[in-house]
Amino acid sequence: MGDILLQLNNISVVYSNVIQVLKGVSLTVERGHIVSLLGSNGAGKTTTLKAISGLLKPENGEVTDGDIICNGVNIQNQAPEFITRQGIIQVLEGRQPFKYLTIEENLRVGTATRPGKPYKQDLELVYHYFPALVQRKKALAGYCSGGELQMLVIGRALMAHPQLLMLDEPSLGLAPLVVQEIFRIIRKINEEHATTIVLVEQNANMALQVAHYGYVMENGKIVMEGTSQELSDNPDVKEFYLGMAASGVTKSYKDVKAYRRRKRWL
Amino acid sequence: MDFFLQLLVNGVCVGLLYGISAMGFVMIFKASSVLNFAHGELLALGAFFFLSLVTWGKIPIAASFLLTLAGCFILGFLIEKFFLRPLIGEKLIFVIMLTVGLSAMFKGLILLIWGGNLHTYPEFLPPSLEIHLGSIYIAPVYSATLVISVIFLVLFGLFFKKSSQGIFMRSVADNQKAALSLGVHVRRVFALSWAIAAMVACMSGIVLGIINGVNVHDLSAIGLKVFPVVILGGLDSIGGAIIGGIIIGLLETFTGGYLSPSLRDVVPYIVLVFILMVKPYGLFGLVEIERV
Repeated sequence: MGDILLQLNNISVVYSNVIQVLKGVSLTVERGHIVSLLGSNGAGKTTTLKAISGLLKPENGEVTDGDIICNGVNIQNQAPEFITRQGIIQVLEGRQPFKYLTIEENLRVGTATRPGKPYKQDLELVYHYFPALVQRKKALAGYCSGGELQMLVIGRALMAHPQLLMLDEPSLGLAPLVVQEIFRIIRKINEEHATTIVLVEQNANMALQVAHYGYVMENGKIVMEGTSQELSDNPDVKEFYLGMAASGVTKSYKDVKAYRRRKRWL
Repeated sequence: MDFFLQLLVNGVCVGLLYGISAMGFVMIFKASSVLNFAHGELLALGAFFFLSLVTWGKIPIAASFLLTLAGCFILGFLIEKFFLRPLIGEKLIFVIMLTVGLSAMFKGLILLIWGGNLHTYPEFLPPSLEIHLGSIYIAPVYSATLVISVIFLVLFGLFFKKSSQGIFMRSVADNQKAALSLGVHVRRVFALSWAIAAMVACMSGIVLGIINGVNVHDLSAIGLKVFPVVILGGLDSIGGAIIGGIIIGLLETFTGGYLSPSLRDVVPYIVLVFILMVKPYGLFGLVEIERV
C-alpha cells in the first residue's frame, strides 16, 4: 500500500438518533488514486460521503462509532467549514447549482475556503478543463443544461484546490456522450493534478473504467473490495452491477433469487 | 402640476428610504428565512444613537453619522451572536417569536433611556443642499436623502455583484446545502446579514428622524412599514424592496397631498391588498427557475 490519504475505520452513522444507515464501514483511499464506491440505491454510498465531508450534521445524522482520518487529522463529526479547509470537497448528488448566480459567480463561491486570495488563474484552469462553460459564463446557472451544470459543479469544486474530491453520481441523468466526456475529464484532473477522487456511481461500467480501486456497498456495509480489474472480473459484480449474465445465458428470476442467497455470504 | 411634481419628488425620496430599510429586512429573510419583527426598533435605535452622539456627545455630524452606522453594524452582529445563533436548528416560528421579543425589549430600553417624548435634531443640513428646479423646491433633507440612498444602493450593488463575501451571501440564500459543501461559512453569513440589516435600518432611522422628529413610537411604526413594502416588492427580491419602497412612498405622499393626511397610512395597505390579489408573490417575487 502506498501513501494513504483518507482512512475510515469501522464507522457507524445514525440519523435522528434512531436510524442506523452505516454499520461499520472501513475503507482506505490512497493518495492520487481514483476510488469508486458502488452499490444499489440505499446502500449507504451517499451517507458515507456525507460522513466524510461533514454534511451529515445539517441532516441530523452523526458518526456514532469509528473514526475518519484524513492526512493524520481526525475529522469525524467536524463542521463542514473545517473539513473543506482540510482540502476535502464533496460534489453533491443532483448537481445543486446556485440557480440565481451566473456561471462565473458559481465558480467564485468555490473559493470560499480561501477568501481574499487571487482566483483568476483557477478560473482559467476550470475553463481549460470545461471549455463549454466559457461562452456561458455570464448566464444564470438556472438556465443551463444538465451537462453544463455537471461541469459547473465539478469546476466549482476544483476552485477550492481539493486534495480529495468526492463526486456523487456525476453521470446522473446525462446523455451517454456527455457522461463519457465527464469521465474523461475526471481522469484528466486526476492525472494532471494528482487529485485523489472518490467516485460514487450507479454506472458501474464507467466507474470501473476510470477507477484504480473499488468498493461495493450493500445495506450499510462494504461487501467486496478490490482493484477495478478484480471487480470487473468478479462474476457477481458482472452480473448485478455490469448487467452481464455470467454465462451469457438469459437470466431467469430463479437465478436472481440464487444471487440473493449468495449475497448474504459476502 | 407643480404640486404634483413636488409630491412626486418627496414621495420618491421617502420611498427610497423605505426601500433601503426594507432591503435589510429582505436580506435577513433571504439568508435565513427569518422575519425580523424588531426591524422598527432597530430603526429607532439608530435614530436615538445618532441623537445622543449629536446632542449629548457634541460630536460633529459626519463623525456621528459614521459612528452610528458602525455601532449598529456591530449591534446587528451581536444580536445574531447572542440571541439568534443559539436557536439555529430550532423551528422557524421560535426564531420569529424571538424577534417579537427583541422588539419589545429594544422598545423598552429606548423608553427607559430616552423617554417617549418627541426629540429633534439640531439644524445641521447646510442650506446649500436646497434645490430649486423651476417651481419645484426640494428641501435639504430630501436632497440629502436622495444622495445617501443612491450612495447606499450603488455600494450594495457592487458588494453583492462583485465582492466575494457578497457572492457567498447570495450563494447561501440560493442553496444553503451546496454553499456548506463548498466551505462557505454559513453562520458568518447569517451574522453579516444581521449586521448589514441593522446598519441600513439605522441609516433610514436617522434620516426619518430628521424629517419627522425622533420619537420611539413613530419610528418603530414606520419600521413596520417594511411589511407592505416587502410584500409588494416580493419578499425575496432586494431590487423589489427598493421599488416597493418607492411605490409605497409615492402612495403615501399623494394620498396625503390630494386626499387627506389622515389617510396616508391607510391607502398603501389597501393598494397592497389589491396587488396581492393579482400577484400573490409580489411584483418582483422570485420566479422559481424550475428545471425538470
